[in-house]
Amino acid sequence: MNAPRTDAKICGMGHSMKRKEDPRFIRGKGNYVDDIKLPGMLYMDIVRSPYAHARIKKIDTSKALKIPGVLAVIDGPTLEKYKLHWMPTISADTQMVLPTDEVMYQAQEVCAVIATERYIAADGADAVEVDYEPLPVMVDPLKSIAPGAPVLRKDKKDKKDNLAFHWEAGDRADTEKALQASEVVAEQYVYVPRIHVASMETCGCVADFNPAEGKLTVYMTTQAPHAVRTVFALVAGHVGLSEERIRIVSPDIGGGFGGKVPVYPGYVIAVAASVVIGKPVKWIEDRMENLQADSFARDYHMKVRLGAKKDGTLTALSIKTIADHGYTNASANPMKYPAGLFSICTGSYDLKHAFCEVDAVYTHKPPGGVAYRCSFRVTEAVHAIERVVDVLAQKLKMDPAELRMKNFIAPERFPYKSVLGWEYDSGNYPAALKKAMEIVGYESLRKEQQEKRKRGELMGIGICSFTEIVGAGPSKDFDILGIKMFDSAEIRVHPTGKALARFGTKSQGQGHETTYAQIVAEELGIPASDVQVEEGDTDTAPYGLGTYASRSTPTSGAAASLAARKIRNKAKAIAAHLLECSEADLDWVPGKFFIKGVPDKSKTIQECAFAAYTNMPQGMEPGLEATHYYDPPNLTFPFGSYICVVDLDRGTGEVKVRRFVAVDDCGNIINPMIVDGQIHGGLAQGVGPALYEEISYDEDGNISGGSFLDYYVPTALECPKWETDKTITPSPHHPFGAKGVGESATVGAPPAIANAVVDALSHLGVTHVDIPITPEKVWQLLKAKGVAE
Amino acid sequence: MIPAPFDYHRPGTLDEAIGLLSRHGGDARVLSGGMSLLPALKLRLGSCGHLVDIGRIPGLEYVKEDGGMLRIGAGTRQCVLAQSEVINSRYGVLADAVPLIADPLVRNRGTFGGNVANGDPANDGPAIVIALGAELVARGPQGERTIAANRFYKDLFVTALAPDEILTEIRIPQPPPRSGSAYRKLKRKTGDYAAAAAAVQLTLDARGAVQRACIALTNAGPTPVEAVQGSRFLEGKTPDEKSIAEAARLAAAAAAPSADRRGSVEYKREMARVLTARALKAALERAGRS
Amino acid sequence: MKHQISVTVNGTAHEAEVESRLLLVHFIREELRLTGTHIGCDTSHCGVCTVLLDGQPVKSCTVLAAQVDGCKVSTVEGLESGGKLHPIQEAFTEKHALQCGYCTPGMLMTCSALLEQNRNPSEQEIRQAISGNLCRCTGYLNIVKAVQHAAQKIGGAP
Repeated sequence: MNAPRTDAKICGMGHSMKRKEDPRFIRGKGNYVDDIKLPGMLYMDIVRSPYAHARIKKIDTSKALKIPGVLAVIDGPTLEKYKLHWMPTISADTQMVLPTDEVMYQAQEVCAVIATERYIAADGADAVEVDYEPLPVMVDPLKSIAPGAPVLRKDKKDKKDNLAFHWEAGDRADTEKALQASEVVAEQYVYVPRIHVASMETCGCVADFNPAEGKLTVYMTTQAPHAVRTVFALVAGHVGLSEERIRIVSPDIGGGFGGKVPVYPGYVIAVAASVVIGKPVKWIEDRMENLQADSFARDYHMKVRLGAKKDGTLTALSIKTIADHGYTNASANPMKYPAGLFSICTGSYDLKHAFCEVDAVYTHKPPGGVAYRCSFRVTEAVHAIERVVDVLAQKLKMDPAELRMKNFIAPERFPYKSVLGWEYDSGNYPAALKKAMEIVGYESLRKEQQEKRKRGELMGIGICSFTEIVGAGPSKDFDILGIKMFDSAEIRVHPTGKALARFGTKSQGQGHETTYAQIVAEELGIPASDVQVEEGDTDTAPYGLGTYASRSTPTSGAAASLAARKIRNKAKAIAAHLLECSEADLDWVPGKFFIKGVPDKSKTIQECAFAAYTNMPQGMEPGLEATHYYDPPNLTFPFGSYICVVDLDRGTGEVKVRRFVAVDDCGNIINPMIVDGQIHGGLAQGVGPALYEEISYDEDGNISGGSFLDYYVPTALECPKWETDKTITPSPHHPFGAKGVGESATVGAPPAIANAVVDALSHLGVTHVDIPITPEKVWQLLKAKGVAE
Repeated sequence: MIPAPFDYHRPGTLDEAIGLLSRHGGDARVLSGGMSLLPALKLRLGSCGHLVDIGRIPGLEYVKEDGGMLRIGAGTRQCVLAQSEVINSRYGVLADAVPLIADPLVRNRGTFGGNVANGDPANDGPAIVIALGAELVARGPQGERTIAANRFYKDLFVTALAPDEILTEIRIPQPPPRSGSAYRKLKRKTGDYAAAAAAVQLTLDARGAVQRACIALTNAGPTPVEAVQGSRFLEGKTPDEKSIAEAARLAAAAAAPSADRRGSVEYKREMARVLTARALKAALERAGRS
Repeated sequence: MKHQISVTVNGTAHEAEVESRLLLVHFIREELRLTGTHIGCDTSHCGVCTVLLDGQPVKSCTVLAAQVDGCKVSTVEGLESGGKLHPIQEAFTEKHALQCGYCTPGMLMTCSALLEQNRNPSEQEIRQAISGNLCRCTGYLNIVKAVQHAAQKIGGAP
């Protein structure tokens, strides 16, 4: 797809339409959860554990309750009366809402103070005195999984170890045999550490239970409002909450990136408080609570082995992963894939033997794992394969671009069935890498590197050629707590030819109010500016699974076009009626039906819409609307090649990203401007984990990186000027050939940067460095090789 | 994120402010730019019943050369220092450092006096005033006194100021001809404190040998570190690659940093060495041009 | 302890009685119900709370309401005048310099102040000026382009 098929007025696919959501945001008139103020609203603040593992001996609320304005303190025993002290997680494990006995991670919720004012709630939380008995802490997942380790989940009756789950894909024996038979094997331990999305808006809600109507409304920072509604109905049905009287409203969301998918204890406590007190309760977490207790990302310890022939032909891949899940598995993965889509780890390469396994382990840390734009563990999988491909290239003394080109799945092989079971829909990996190499000037950079090495200067060039896997997903394999991962669109065309379109997804900045309007414009020829898009209110939006894992365009986007096509088919019948001809006589250009060969005998879509209410054919149901629930036949596979150029400071070890070239392919593009914006943002959220961001724990479970003081989010000065370009390889199974792009850059950027740093030091014999690549890590390598300033 | 309750006072004169500090003893703190104090209060780190805001007292904001001194009013905002022609042309260590303090928004409120008087060795001001051989002017109920910068810092967050004294001015001797100063800072990202930083001032004699040198280190211990040995080593020598390296090594040996996210003790010490060498080279180059 | 303050916000004079510890950002959001200014952290790092205080961009979470007695405060709601958007607001839409919108008000205030001071900022100067404002969505490049675009418009480009 090249030039847009519609003109600028209709503004369908391919136009860089300026965003319809912008007017309110640039005026400061967005409606975020903390902007909501309801009559009689109370405020909630949470008391949290300073210990990673402790028994709660006593909670003394007397001082807190004496503060004027403090109304109540809710604790575990209170919730236990309503059987709400534990709840299921999205991964069918269980999680405490409030503890009755032990806390299992630092910053865990211990009790909640309800007060009339925000400041008073804070004073109340400060005045609660909790007596803890510290208990032994387990923070090392390797120790936790070792035989004889103390059992963390004493709440699970027959549990004798700390394994949350074991998952594997591929043929273990066959792969082992192939590795043994390989002429060369590159082996590398890769640790992708814990990080946090740190969206600019933290999480929160206003829970508003109306006792007179028995109706609960929750304004909530959630990426998946319908799923939350159903979960609340299932979990709290026994206290009288019924799904038709629960309304979840996800208003404007200040960034999600996966961090606003889980149901956090704070939400549940706020709901319970509102139900019991009968007034609205607002809970907004502060940044430290967000970083320390919310869903984290990554924390995969991977042993990667890649076999090859001496000429560089890849033969086999094996990855063994220990996944640190914190004290419970609360990651938001499709049920059948507890390690997400990790088995995409064969990447862009034609590997005939592969096996991967993941052991998820409990530790005394916050739960989570699937957030931060990871596409369900694709960031980890791609980091593993792209790192080990470079390790192999170094071992074979082969150029990393050449090694990749040699092993790419050839364009004519698509749809391609990977040995781990995925059917890649389409791809042209050589074209993307070639383009990236041209833009960056690969050959002259290699020459420059040679010159610089003679002078002792360190520069590196790193490549990442990733294949992404998004659009979860087909009902036969994809569900969350049993709910299949379809998505939906409901379009209603009004008599005056304008349209209202509602979806089961929920934008947190991805621009759906614009892109979905453009899809409708493309199919119906109604100007995108005349299409009003709504998401997020479960009372009005059709059921959907929300927005994360780059799934909106592949699922709801598809639903939009199919619903629009249903409308167009009905409009065609109306046009035939108005033009007094048969439908077979009609042709279509965007916005208009006309009699074949007689262009001035036409009816616009607007005229058809009006007629749907005023002059419909005999026997036709009035109105002009359609709903479509789309069950995707497959996932989609965006891809790309990124090339990063770095310069290292030999004195301090600092890494300066000189250039970053990103060539992406997300199939047919709805709005090029928005796609570029997604990529820029993803690249910044790739530089962060590559060089700056990390959450770690000492042996007592004390966090480092629990505030913006030491959780290093890149500023404009840490980010280079991104250079982006595209190739376009449409998806053959998607109604308009699009694939989704939101997470490609967070997947592709960190390996490119890591590979660049290692490349800068490869002539000294350095083969690997784990992210985040801090100046000290580089300096230690320089020192070890005797080249530090 | 919400501070515990306190009483806010906005005295109109310095004497009023001093009176309030005397009256409330150790329970009162001076509020200048507020860029260190307010964040600490918001995290409820240390209690404080009274804030005495000196931010609107006239006569505390100025940058002027006078009587052989560069005199900076303690209430002068960092952003004003950053724009000062005098500082940018003749006080390289300040010209280098100020744009690296926190971020531009913080520099619009934070004051140089606050940065110096906070007693935090992670702030850049302390090492800078030591390197420049500054005198700090304090006013209390007994009147005014001056304290040499290198005797001002006693312990972590503890300075020579009495609880009822206010820092009013920083006096920096105008550097003689053939002087240069520089600041080199390593930080994890914009807005972070120094992993290591070195403030350096050199004055050369007519032959090009070092007449006076002063090296001071930021965030290398509970107080700013005056690297006396490193500084003395250079005196009388014509600085070259070797002597600079040795001075830097000696300076680093005086560093006693703590390990944290920014680095291990070993790394921070080595960075003190690397940055001191770089700062010395830059200062030398400026001295040659002045 | 309570204090009487007089403060002009977006050109309108306000009289209010505030608690000593009330943060300026809460005064703006809760008392004046100007919710365009946001809160993003608790350690004065993120800048989403940026407003102009007597023309200077500052973090309103690190200023007490009591401190702004007699001062002028400008928030994002005051950027447009007479129904006409400020060039920087138009530029942000034109150049897709916002996605979720949460950092946008603070970013706009910082950028508007920059353009007052510097009619033709370079890319580096822009990045420096916004280095106290974090954004997780845009990767900053389009924000730089928006400022450059606005500078051109202010300078008379068509």
